[in-house]
Amino acid sequence: MAFRYKHLLGIQPLTPSEIEVILNTAESFLEISTREVKKVPTLRGKTIINLFFEPSTRTRSSFELAAKRLSADIVNFNRMASSIVKGESLKDTVLNLEAMNPDAIIIRHNCAGVPHFISTFCRSHIINAGDGAHEHPTQALLDAFTIKQEKKKIEGLKVVIVGDILHSRVARSNIFLLQKMGAKIVLVGPPPLLPLEFKNLGVEIDYNFGSAIKGADVVMMLRIQMERQEKNYFPSIREYRNLYALTKKRFKQAKKNAIIMHPGPINRGVELSTDMAESAASVILKQVENGIAVRMAVLYLLLGGKEVEITD
Amino acid sequence: MRLLIKNGRVIDPASGIDDTLDILIDKGKIEDIKAKINVNKAKVIDASRLVIAPGFIDMHTHLREPGQEYKETIKTGSLAAAKGGFTSILCMPNTEPVNDNRGVTEYILSEARKEAAVNIFPVASISKGQRGEELTDIADLVDAGTVAFSDDGQPVQNSQLMRRALEYSKLLNTLIIDHCEDKNLSEGGVMNEGHFSYLLGLKGIPASSEEIIVARDIILAEKADARLHLAHLSVKGSLNLVREAKKKKIKVTAEATPHHLFLEDSRLQTYDPNLKVNPPLRSREDVHALIKAVKEGVVDVFATDHAPHTPDEKDVEFDEAPFGINGLETGVSLILDKLVNKNIITLKKFIEMISTTPAIILGLENKGKICVGADADLTILNLYQEIVVDITKFKSKSRNNPFHNWKLKGAPSMTIVGGKIVYPF
Repeated sequence: MAFRYKHLLGIQPLTPSEIEVILNTAESFLEISTREVKKVPTLRGKTIINLFFEPSTRTRSSFELAAKRLSADIVNFNRMASSIVKGESLKDTVLNLEAMNPDAIIIRHNCAGVPHFISTFCRSHIINAGDGAHEHPTQALLDAFTIKQEKKKIEGLKVVIVGDILHSRVARSNIFLLQKMGAKIVLVGPPPLLPLEFKNLGVEIDYNFGSAIKGADVVMMLRIQMERQEKNYFPSIREYRNLYALTKKRFKQAKKNAIIMHPGPINRGVELSTDMAESAASVILKQVENGIAVRMAVLYLLLGGKEVEITD
Repeated sequence: MRLLIKNGRVIDPASGIDDTLDILIDKGKIEDIKAKINVNKAKVIDASRLVIAPGFIDMHTHLREPGQEYKETIKTGSLAAAKGGFTSILCMPNTEPVNDNRGVTEYILSEARKEAAVNIFPVASISKGQRGEELTDIADLVDAGTVAFSDDGQPVQNSQLMRRALEYSKLLNTLIIDHCEDKNLSEGGVMNEGHFSYLLGLKGIPASSEEIIVARDIILAEKADARLHLAHLSVKGSLNLVREAKKKKIKVTAEATPHHLFLEDSRLQTYDPNLKVNPPLRSREDVHALIKAVKEGVVDVFATDHAPHTPDEKDVEFDEAPFGINGLETGVSLILDKLVNKNIITLKKFIEMISTTPAIILGLENKGKICVGADADLTILNLYQEIVVDITKFKSKSRNNPFHNWKLKGAPSMTIVGGKIVYPF
C-alpha cells in the first residue's frame, strides 16, 4: 500500500483511511519484536538520522529500535555533543547532516513548526517526533493502536484527556486522530491550561475531572510540568493533585474495563497515583511496546521497501 | 533647473483640489499651479494619466542605523522609501545605541543630509535606553530635530512614566507615539492568541495585551490633555476604544499597517517567519474591524512599520525569528490594489491618510499639501500599472516581506523630494 506523503509532519492532514493504513501496517510488524531474531531486511541499506533536540527516553529509543528491526542504519544526534552548542544554526546543522545523504530524518525539537521548516529545504523524508506544543504524530498513532488493541474499535468511545492541554503536543495529535476515527473526546484541566478555543476543534471541555470521567472508556493522563506552577497556570502542585490526579476513587466513575493511558514520563503521585499506574487497567507499558511497531510502520510506509514481503 | 509637471491629475486633500493641472517647481518649492503653465528653461515631465499627490509620509519605519547597518542603513532605507513612493519617513529609536540623546539624533540627521534620498525625521525614545525608567531630555531632543517620541517595541509599562511623558510633551507641543503592548500579557508570545495559535502550538499574544495599554494611554492622554498617537493598531477592541475616545474629543490618532489590513493569522499555518511581526497578524474578525475603522476614520493614517531583518535572521525556527516585516516597497501598491481599486476607500481618502494627515499630526507645515510655497515633495502614482512583488529587486538591504509574487495594480511611478526626482533612480 503506497502512502501519498513524503513526510510525516502531523496527524492533522491525514485522512481516516490513511491512519488505518498505518495502524494495519503496524499490526503486521507487531510480531517481529517478539521473535528470537528481531530483524527483517525490509529497509536494508537505508540511512536514518535521529535528530533529537530535546531529552527523550521512549521516542528516541523506540525509533532507533524500529529502524534497526527493519535493518536500516540509524545515527543518533546528541544536541549537547553537537555544534549547536558552538552556535551553529538549525538550518546549517540539518544541511550538513543532509550532505551525508540520509534517507530520513526523525526530528524532535522544542519549537513548534520545526519539522515543517526543515521539510522546506531537505530532500530526506522528515518524521516529526514531537515539535514544541504542536504535534507528536507517532505518539497519537501508537495510542490509537493501543486503544484498538484493547477496545477493538475507536469509534464511539469516550476518551478523556486530562492535564496541561495548552502545552501538550500529545493532546493535539490525539485530538486530531481520535476525532477523525469517531471517538468522543473530553478535555479536562484547569482553565488556564484549557482555552475555550479548543472547542473549535469539535471536542468537549470540562474543568471538573469528576464529572468528565463518568462513563469514560479511555482515561489519558498527561504529564504536568512543575514549571507551569511558577507561571501561575495553577496555584500549586498540591492543589493540582487534589483536583486532577487520577486516583482509585475517581477511576471508579469511569466505565468498567476502562483503560488508563499516559505518554510518559509519569510524575508518580502527581497526575497519577502509583497504584493506578500499576493497576490492571493501565496500558502504559503496552503503549511503549506498540510504539515500536507503529514507528516501524511509519518508516516502512515513508521509505518504501515495497519489494520485500513484510510479514515474512 | 526648474521642473514642470504637465497634465497630471492633481489631488490635494488639504485644499480639496482634484483637477488636471500643471505644477511648476523651483528651488525646492512649488512655485505655481494652474491649468496651463508655459515657461522657458524647465525640465518637463508629462504626467498624463498619472496622479500627482502631496509626498507620502511614513510615520513608522526602522532604519537600523546606527548599530545594525547589516539589516538596513539610512541610505538603503531611504532608497526603499523613494521607490515605495514616500518622500518623508520617521525612523524609530531602537537603534544601537538607542536614539535617546542629542548625539544620536544629530548623527541620524547628518547621515540623512549626506546619504538619504528622502526626508528623514527621527523619533527619539520616551525613556533613556528605552528602559521605561527615566524620561529622555525631551526639549533638548526636540531642539536637535526630533519630531516625536516613542519607546516603540519596548513600550513604557510604568503608567506613571507614561503620564509624565504625555504631560511634558505639551511643553514642546510634540507627539507621543505608543506601541501598545502589556509585556506581562504578551510574554513569550510569537503570534496572535486564538484558534490558530492553539492549533499550531505557538505561544499566543492576546488581544488584551494591546487593548489594555490603548485604554490606559487614552485615559492618561485625556487627563493630561495631551496628544497621543497609537502605532499599528491590530485588534477590534483597541479600535472600539479609539472610536469612543474620538467621540469624547480626546486628542488621539491611530495608524494601521498594510500587513495588518491584508493578512490574517490563518496564514501562519506555513510557519513562515516572514509572517512573524509584532503586533502579530490577527484574526479575520480583527482584520475586518481594521478595514472598517479605516473607512470610518477611526484610523487616521497608514504607516508601514518597515522593519528590515536579514534572511539569516529570519531563516530559523519560528520561535527564534525576530519580529518584523519589510514594508516600504509594497505598502502603497497594496493599499491601492486592496482598498482603493476595490472602492473601499477613495483615492482622495488614501492620499489624506498617507500624506495630509501625517503632516498635520507631525506639524510639518510645508508638507502634506500641494500649494504655492509648499515643499516640492510629490508622489506620482500610476493607477493602471500592474506589478508583481519581487523581493529580490528590493532597494532595502533586507528581504523579509511576505507579499512576494503578489500581483497588484497601482504603483508609485515617480517620487520628488524638494524638487528633485529621487525615483525612478
